[in-house]
Amino acid sequence: MGNILVLAEHRQGALRDISYEMMALAPKLAEDMGCEVTVLLVGSKMDDLAKKMAAYGSKVLVVDDPLFENFNAEKYQKVLSALIDDLKPAVVMTGQTAQGVDFIPALAVEKNLPLVAEAISLEYANGTLKATRQLYSGKVNATVAFKPADTYLVTIREGVVEPPDAAADGAVEKVDSPLKDDLTYRSFVEYIEAEVGDVDITQSDTLVAVGRGLKEDKNLSIIEELAQAIRADIAGSRAATDAGWIPHDRQVGTSGKSVKPKLYIAMGISGAFQHVAGMKGAKTVVAINKDPEAPIFTVADYAIVDDMFKVVPKLIEKLKELKG
Amino acid sequence: MKMFVCIKYVPDTSEAEVKVNPDGVTVDSSRFSFDINDADNYAVEESVLIKEAKEGDVTVVSIGPKKSDVMIRMAMAKGCDQAVRIEDDRIAGHDPLMVAKALAAAIKGQEFDLVLTGCMASDDGHMSTGVALAEELGVNHASMVKKVEVLDGKVRAHRELEGGLLEVVELELPAVLTIQTGINEPRYAPIRGIRQAQKKELKVVSLDDLGVDPASVGSDASMVVLEELYIPEVESSAEFIEGEAEEKAEKLASILVKGGLV
Ligand SMILES: Cc1cc2nc3c(=O)[nH]c(=O)nc-3n(C[C@H](O)[C@H](O)[C@H](O)COP(=O)(O)OP(=O)(O)OC[C@H]3O[C@@H](n4cnc5c(N)ncnc54)[C@H](O)[C@@H]3O)c2cc1C
Ligand SMILES: Nc1ncnc2c1ncn2[C@@H]1O[C@H](COP(=O)(O)O)[C@@H](O)[C@H]1O
Repeated sequence: MGNILVLAEHRQGALRDISYEMMALAPKLAEDMGCEVTVLLVGSKMDDLAKKMAAYGSKVLVVDDPLFENFNAEKYQKVLSALIDDLKPAVVMTGQTAQGVDFIPALAVEKNLPLVAEAISLEYANGTLKATRQLYSGKVNATVAFKPADTYLVTIREGVVEPPDAAADGAVEKVDSPLKDDLTYRSFVEYIEAEVGDVDITQSDTLVAVGRGLKEDKNLSIIEELAQAIRADIAGSRAATDAGWIPHDRQVGTSGKSVKPKLYIAMGISGAFQHVAGMKGAKTVVAINKDPEAPIFTVADYAIVDDMFKVVPKLIEKLKELKG
Repeated sequence: MKMFVCIKYVPDTSEAEVKVNPDGVTVDSSRFSFDINDADNYAVEESVLIKEAKEGDVTVVSIGPKKSDVMIRMAMAKGCDQAVRIEDDRIAGHDPLMVAKALAAAIKGQEFDLVLTGCMASDDGHMSTGVALAEELGVNHASMVKKVEVLDGKVRAHRELEGGLLEVVELELPAVLTIQTGINEPRYAPIRGIRQAQKKELKVVSLDDLGVDPASVGSDASMVVLEELYIPEVESSAEFIEGEAEEKAEKLASILVKGGLV
């Protein structure tokens, strides 16, 4: 059987957390499958990053070429395609990240290989690889089995496991780039950094966060009143920023900010993992949601199942009274 | 600009309990209200904005049941020109690679500059269909797009990465773009548009009509098997505050104040 090929992800000179997280899943799976883990790094000037990945004990293959100075989905697809032919890996594992989603499905179609996207766990038993993934924003889990194939493609959700401790140094081996010339049909232009706003919510001690449950713009005034009463800053879910109720730089989550306030009050937020990933560092979490099944309650310390608009006015009144 | 936009009719499960049917592989969606997938709504708006700026023509493509016609008419009311709805139970809907193949069959052979999809469907959430579709069509793509600039023979796409960082890429047309929410402000359908939409063409086709061998997009062709759906155990260590709404508010206020949290 071929190996498990883990594509380590990096951006702007640094490895991304998902690279380490996959090293918590891949070795266990390799053991069950009776194979080994090979890490793949594709980039330019990769020596330092290769060393860092090698510290997890597996062999690291490096495609190190100026052609890969910036991520390019088409180039990555070409490299993976060639390496799948050469190495015949049993599994190709990447993150379900902005990188992974941008080329893995195309690779699956090109090579006619099965894909399970955004696995949260993997299991190999009796010759069958199975993945667990989530549907309906985390309200339903699915077990998906791969039919036998030469190579299984699987992408892993970010943040589902802790990175392991470094083990022993694995060997680093350079491989020639399967791609020789630059592409003309897709090119990287530039990165644009996220906007900075008037308040840096990553530094806030107290955050009052709203989601789609706010329903409309004009309902923000009562939230502002609450925020004022407890000297909190206002943040929100992607649904709240998309709707224009609060500024984009106040979005909490994977595509927004990671916050770590002492108190986080989530109102009308369902708790999609992309949101939770950005606020699970909060010390105390209060969640108010009228749906008792809302995933946000799994990360809450104090929970209120009710209509936020029935709770908040009294909450403000009582807070003012108690705080004098 | 000749464009296609792929839209999916999805249940709104945000405020409701989801139950798995006795077959173990589908959910009971009888009590849910359905609507256009969030990201697809932005894709429709983006296609209409491009059409308004550059002139052109937008065809809606959707795989789904008859009841999704209301969604399709709504997209046409906003400015899309015609629609194709694929209705066929033989498509393995759990596998985005099969869905992409079926969508491709409705587009292949026609000229186009852009195909827009949503970046993620809120029910299955594979984030895979659009990029797989691009490969099926043999064209360029960019995923998770938060801004589109159509240039001469090219498109400049701003991809949204983690942390809100944008990656700007340039693609030669034709291309598939998977659209991320928040890229624009989806309009409400104007009354006049709603009336006009009734007269626009909505073709309903089967795999046979598309010349697709049903075996090539069915569960036999799919290389993954959906074995089981189940409701994950909700492990909450939260203290649930009970009572009438006002009581709960009062209790929470005391907890916050006494705990020194505010
Ligand atoms: C690539 C990608 C990146 C993403 N990044 C982020 C991110 O960084 N941050 C983020 O937040 N999301 C992100 N998302 C979106 C995420 O998947 C969810 O769609 C989003 O978090 C949902 O926001 P919400 O909870 O406000 O809305 P919903 O999921 O619609 O939930 C609304 C909630 O409000 C409750 N509610 C309604 N009315 C009331 C009321 N009167 N009182 C109390 N409760 C009420 C409902 O029960 C429901 O639980 C991302 C998605 C993708 C695909
Ligand atoms: N049944 C369908 N009909 C039309 N488009 C679809 C369908 N399923 C998925 N799509 C498109 O693919 C996108 C991504 O879906 P997914 O890969 O499942 O997250 C959606 O936002 C739609 O644009």
